[in-house]
Amino acid sequence: MHEISLMRVILETVEQEMAKCNASALNRLTLRIGTLTAVEPDAMRFAFDAAIEKTPMEGATLDIMASALSGRCRDCGTEFPLVEFDSPCPICSGVDIKRLTGTELDIVSIDVD
Amino acid sequence: MHEINIEEKVLHKNDEIAVGTRAAFRKMGIFAINMVSSPGSGKTSIIEETVKRFGPKADGIAVIEGDQETELDKERLLKCGIPAHQITTGRACHLDAEMICSALEWVMEQRNLKLLIIENVGNMVCPAEYDLGEEMMVAVLSVAEGDDKPLKYPALFNAADVLIINKTDLVPQTNFDIERAKENALKINPGLKVFTTSCTTGEGIDEWCAFLAGLAIKGTEVKI
Ligand SMILES: Nc1nc2c(ncn2[C@@H]2O[C@H](COP(=O)(O)OP(=O)(O)O)[C@@H](O)[C@H]2O)c(=O)[nH]1
Ligand SMILES: [Mg+2]
Ligand SMILES: [Zn+2]
Repeated sequence: MHEISLMRVILETVEQEMAKCNASALNRLTLRIGTLTAVEPDAMRFAFDAAIEKTPMEGATLDIMASALSGRCRDCGTEFPLVEFDSPCPICSGVDIKRLTGTELDIVSIDVD
Repeated sequence: MHEINIEEKVLHKNDEIAVGTRAAFRKMGIFAINMVSSPGSGKTSIIEETVKRFGPKADGIAVIEGDQETELDKERLLKCGIPAHQITTGRACHLDAEMICSALEWVMEQRNLKLLIIENVGNMVCPAEYDLGEEMMVAVLSVAEGDDKPLKYPALFNAADVLIINKTDLVPQTNFDIERAKENALKINPGLKVFTTSCTTGEGIDEWCAFLAGLAIKGTEVKI
């Protein structure tokens, strides 16, 4: 699906960053993907392996940091992990929750030579 | 070996373009909506019914059609008497901000435009991640698809502002439970505004159109 086009965008950034510091090889790419993000980590890995073949990035590993859902209670300010989409506040049982994490799709870092 | 910290959104370029497009739409007094669903849920049919319901007032409506291959939907809308512009995405399974930005010239040529409806490529997954510069994302779910769809595709229902449950005329032929579907969708996104419609019987179309007519940009009514 769109993982291939996303990976193309990601690797453009990686190439630019590598060029900036004259890096010759990529060892690792780290991404952050939220549980509520419409991206399949397995499809992302497949797209990564296919895209780096026969490039200076070949052989690099892809690290995916899963970002679980968390929220902040608008009533009492408690921040907590959302086990269910609609988990109430563990402190005051409030149900007005602002989502904090879980929808990320970020490039975190690269490790290069 | 050394680590370089990047910390950047993968889609930051798309998002930047979308912010610019949204500002351009607002300046022109255009309220843009992005309709997303699986193929066949009834997006084009809902637009057709909406245009019919507005009658002469539909003058202020135009549509951008996203499709991987054909121009069939655009033709259906032109038949309804409203301006329609086709974006053929080829292999891309979603519209992105750049595609909509390229259509801005066409949008500016449409006179008295108040409501721009963007029909995304039929796909429940990918479009959820791409901001097009719209004011509101509308997810469409038909009762033929199962009331557990929101739980299976949470990203779309989380990103959407409005959910239209369509083809309610088919409820007797399915085991679809409208209340359960709403409950599932609201679990993911408590802020969702939900409508139920049938393009066959016309049920719910009035409520949907009344909502559209009352939409406001920065406090000014979108008078269509
Ligand atoms: N029974 C029934 N069929 C519908 C309804 N809305 C759309 N359809 C039919 O579903 C099919 C797909 O509709 P279309 O609007 O092309 O879906 P789209 O792919 O989301 O644009 C068409 O054959 C429509 O006639 C509805 O409310 N009830
Ligand atoms: Mg259509
Ligand atoms: Zn609380």
